[in-house]
Amino acid sequence: MRFSALRILKEGLTGNAGWGPHWRSPEPKREYDVIIIGGGGHGLSTAYYLAKNHGITNVAVLERGYLGGGNVGRNTTIVRANYFLEGNSQFYSHSLKLWEGLEQDLNYNVMLSQRGQLMLCHSDGQRDAYARRGNAIVNQGDDAELWSAEKVREEIPYLDFDNTRFPIYGGLMQRRAGSARHDAVAWGYARGASDRGVDLIQQCEVTGIDIENGRVTGVQTTRGPIRAGKVAQVVAGRSSQVAAMAGMRLPIESTVLQAFVTEGLKPCIDHVISFGMGHFYISQSDKGGLVFGGDIDFYASYAQRGNLPMKEHVMEAAMTLMPVIGKARVLRSWGGIMDMTPDGSPIIDHSGIEGYYINAGWCYGGFKAVPGSGYALAHLMATGQPHDSAAAFRLDRFRTGRGLMDEEGTGAQHNLH
Amino acid sequence: MRLPCPICGERDRREFYYKGHALALNRPDPDADDAEWDDYVHLRDNPAGRTRDLWYHSAGCGAWIVVDRDTVTHEVFGATLAEDAEARDAAG
Repeated sequence: MRFSALRILKEGLTGNAGWGPHWRSPEPKREYDVIIIGGGGHGLSTAYYLAKNHGITNVAVLERGYLGGGNVGRNTTIVRANYFLEGNSQFYSHSLKLWEGLEQDLNYNVMLSQRGQLMLCHSDGQRDAYARRGNAIVNQGDDAELWSAEKVREEIPYLDFDNTRFPIYGGLMQRRAGSARHDAVAWGYARGASDRGVDLIQQCEVTGIDIENGRVTGVQTTRGPIRAGKVAQVVAGRSSQVAAMAGMRLPIESTVLQAFVTEGLKPCIDHVISFGMGHFYISQSDKGGLVFGGDIDFYASYAQRGNLPMKEHVMEAAMTLMPVIGKARVLRSWGGIMDMTPDGSPIIDHSGIEGYYINAGWCYGGFKAVPGSGYALAHLMATGQPHDSAAAFRLDRFRTGRGLMDEEGTGAQHNLH
Repeated sequence: MRLPCPICGERDRREFYYKGHALALNRPDPDADDAEWDDYVHLRDNPAGRTRDLWYHSAGCGAWIVVDRDTVTHEVFGATLAEDAEARDAAG
C-alpha cells in the first residue's frame, strides 16, 4: 500500500474502507539472523536500515508493549543539528539530512516542519559563544544565523526583551531545525521495515539473554526462546535492566524529564524557541497546543512523572521569557525516562559480548537522533565497523577518558547532566 | 517528594542536592586499577525499584544522608546519616 494524493482522494470518496494495517503482525519464528530488542523509534529505524541499506531482512523487532509506546511517543518532537563538539556534530548533521528525505524515503507523512529553532542569548559572552558555535555549524555544512536583538524583536515581538535578569541580546537561528510528528516516525519506520520482511513482534518481553562462551546465541521471551547470532538492545529508558540480563553494568543513570502542553491556541509561536538560561524551550504543535519543557528532575527515577519543584521552575521560566503565556491554560504534563550518561552523549557500540550491541544513553536528545541512530547501528551490525557519523559514540570512552563529549561543559559526572 | 533528614525531620526535596547512588561512599583505593575506578565513577546498577542514594541537605543542616527509596513509585522508606551508613558498611 502506497500513500498518494490520488489514493487519499479515492479513499475519501469511498468511506475510507480500503486502508489496511500498516504492518504485519506475525508469530515469532524460532530463529532470526538479527534480533532488535525494543520497538521504539531507534529500534524500528535500525531494523529498517538493516533491511534497506544492507539487505538483512531476517530480523525480528521484539517489543514488550506496543510499537512506539515508549519515549518516541513521550518527547517534545524537536529536530535540529546545532551541536558543537566533534563527534556529536557530524552525527546530528547526518540525522537531520535523513529527516529531510524521510517522507519520500518512507512514503509516510512524518509532518517534518522546518520552522527554525532559535537559541536565545542574554549576555555578550553568550553571544560570542553562539557566534563560534554558528561558525562551526556552518563549517560542517549546516545552517546557522546569528540574530541581533532587533531581529529577534521583529520576528518574536512578545518575548520579554528587557527582563532585568535575562535581557535578550539576540540568538542563534537554525532554519532547517523544527519539529515532526513523533508517532508517525515510529509508524513509518515500522511499515517500511515490515514491508521489507522484518517481523515486528509486539507484547513480547525479553526475559533473558542467552550467552554461550562469550557469544550471544539468542533471547528468552514471554513468547518463548528465539535464537539469533546478533542481538541489539535499543531500549533507552530501560537500558540498565536489559544490559543486566547480559551481565553488564552501563554508565547510565535514569532520570525523569517532564514536558507540558497547553490547550489549543491559534497560531502564535512560529519557531522552536530555546531559553537555555531558564532550561526552557517551547514550540506550538499543529493542533495548537503550546508544547514546552525544562530540565530533568535530577534524581534517579523510572516514574514517568516528575515532582512539583521542576514544574514550578518550568512555569517560572515560561513567565520570565514570555509573560503572555500566563493567559494559556496547561492541559497536561508527563514525564519520560532518560538514559543519562556521565558526559551527556549517547552510546552506539559493540558490547564486548560477541554479537551483542548496545544503543543507549540518549539523554534528553533521542528524538532528533532516530534516523541517524538506526542508520549507524545498522551499519555497525552489518559491517562490524562503526558508521563515520557515529564513530565517537564508544562505550569505553568513560573508562579510558578518551573521546568524552561533554557538550554542556559541566564535567563528565552522573549528577551534572 | 519529601525526604526525612535524620537531623531536621521531613523536608521538601528542594532543600537537597542530589549526588547519586550511595555507591559514592565506597571510594576505591587510590592505587586501584582503571576498571575499579570506572565501576565507581561511571557504572551503575541503576535499579528500577528500591535504591539507596546520596543527598546533601544543602538548604538545611548540611548533612550528607543516604535515602532508601523506590525509583518507580517515588516512595521514601527512610534515611540515615551518611557517616552512620558508612560506619555500618565498614563494619560489614
